[in-house]
Amino acid sequence: MTGSRTSTSPAAAGLAAWLLAPSLVWMGLFCILPLSIVFLISVASRGTYGGVEWTFTLANYRDLVDPLYLYIYARSFALALATTGLCLGLGFPLAYYIARAPARWQGIWLMLVLIPFWTNFLVRTYAWMNVLRADGLLNTILIGTGVVAGPIEMLYSDAAVLIGLVYGYLPFMVLPLYVAVERIDRSLIEAARDLSASGWAVFTRVIVPLAKPGIVAGCLLVFIPSLGAYITPDLLGGARSMMIGNFIQHEYLVVRDWPLGSAASFVLMAIVLAGLWQYQRTGGMKP
Amino acid sequence: MSHASVELREVVKRHGSTVAVDHLSLSVRRGEFFSILGPSGSGKTTTLRLIAGFERPDQGDMLIDGRSIVDVPPNLRPVNLVFQQYALFPHLTVFGNVAFGLEMRGVARAEIQSRVGEALDMVQLAGKGDRLPTQLSGGEQQRVALARALVNRPAVVLLDEPLGALDQQLRQEMQGELKAIQEQVGLTFVCVTHHQEEALTMSDRVAVMDHGRLLQVGAPQDIYDAPASLFVAEFIGLSNRLDGRIAAVQGTRCRIEAPGLPAIQADVPEGAGPGSAVSIVVRPERLHLSQQATVSGFDNVVPARVAKAVYNGHEMQYQLRIAERLLWTVRVPNADGGQKRFLPGEAVMVRWNRGESVALTR
Repeated sequence: MTGSRTSTSPAAAGLAAWLLAPSLVWMGLFCILPLSIVFLISVASRGTYGGVEWTFTLANYRDLVDPLYLYIYARSFALALATTGLCLGLGFPLAYYIARAPARWQGIWLMLVLIPFWTNFLVRTYAWMNVLRADGLLNTILIGTGVVAGPIEMLYSDAAVLIGLVYGYLPFMVLPLYVAVERIDRSLIEAARDLSASGWAVFTRVIVPLAKPGIVAGCLLVFIPSLGAYITPDLLGGARSMMIGNFIQHEYLVVRDWPLGSAASFVLMAIVLAGLWQYQRTGGMKP
Repeated sequence: MSHASVELREVVKRHGSTVAVDHLSLSVRRGEFFSILGPSGSGKTTTLRLIAGFERPDQGDMLIDGRSIVDVPPNLRPVNLVFQQYALFPHLTVFGNVAFGLEMRGVARAEIQSRVGEALDMVQLAGKGDRLPTQLSGGEQQRVALARALVNRPAVVLLDEPLGALDQQLRQEMQGELKAIQEQVGLTFVCVTHHQEEALTMSDRVAVMDHGRLLQVGAPQDIYDAPASLFVAEFIGLSNRLDGRIAAVQGTRCRIEAPGLPAIQADVPEGAGPGSAVSIVVRPERLHLSQQATVSGFDNVVPARVAKAVYNGHEMQYQLRIAERLLWTVRVPNADGGQKRFLPGEAVMVRWNRGESVALTR
């Protein structure tokens, strides 16, 4: 790779620069610029009535080292991890089943996985409120069939947030897993069987290692957005089940402490980037 | 009590409406290099997959060392398969691939080390244990696949077109090596191939299959010299064919008449009599050419004209026009420089004894 790069002619380099220009402009305008602004605000001070005063300070970052805020970070991580774990647990069997189904069924199954995306995420989250409410669908069924005597309080809890997150991000897990499993040569599974591997050993020693790029991609695609989730905990979570996303929103729009909200955003981003960097360093996407 | 290593009894396997394996009965001796030879669609690969356990027979029984394996899952069968495209685990090193079967069976670490080492030595891959399969050449990958099967010391080693993915040169080298390794380890090898030269050079015995049926089993020489059917005669090696009808029978010999040709002397095919439609098959290297019309000492002398003459270095290969629409191939080794070479258009006499031909009923 590096060999071919060093031998690029000046003309080709010029062309490459032109081809790159649109995406560079896009990245500059919509990624670097806003992030720079957020960063600047995060090291500025809060005005008495909510505005931003341009006096440099690291106080916002210091303020974040507060048990209450650390607790919110920890909760967010726990929920994002649980979401990722549940999505992996539910998504792997599903992806495996789809990947091994006859070709004409694979398309149908994949479409069924994707159909929820055709509806707005907010609307789908409201639908979950209707399912989980005290007088909602689930309680009506449970009471109607006599499983429980009175309604169970399900909405506005961590469990509700978890259900909402798993529901929302499961397709992001299933799709990369499907691609990874589908690519595994069937004869490798037969070879493992032939070499005395039990069904479980085939799974752990052959399928999982070979599906690793898909597992990693799926986990990242689920973990990162769940960590910063905002709508789901806002609608399904209780007043005290705040996640980082809600905290940032709260600081910006309710407390009007933009500098603290900006600092919180930056810390979140730094944590995610550090995790990704560490992952890449230790071998990353290779199966 | 001594059992056959592998025994198939009236095995039937259907894929949808087609019968892939049709009442197949086979018996493979212990320590034998046994090849199943046939064109694609002959059911040979299905047979191998049945023995490996990836498919279940619809009917019949299969035994290894006298015990039925029909209900034994593939991971518990005492067989190991060398896959056609090798199916090496891409995420494991050469060592990891070869050690896989031993690890699965809970063999102690120290023993795995020594046995994998031995196996890699045997296939001349010592010192390459830490490579990944993608860093190996095709021939080396083939050796890893072989070592991965041999290291488990299975009752039967199954090979699916083992040399099919190699180029011609390597293929010929590996033929000898594979046979040598088999003799060294003394395991039963069952090899599936569509490549007849491979089957003839490596095998102790060859089974020829077509359309799911077993046509003939025998030593390579028997298969080549005494084919039991026209299909076998034409599938194995080059053969010249002549269709005719038996005019008269005299003891074990008969006189066959074919339009436009002198009467041909041949051995009587089993169950044939006067009037039977038969075919004569002669191998290209069994035919003799001469210019003189009168030569004694041969049962058959047929006039022909040279249509094509090709110099191959070690031999001359002639296409001869016999009768109106019949082209025969004749091979004459370049034994010494004084051989008479015939030119296209020249008239020649083709001669052979009846023992050098095979007559088969059609």
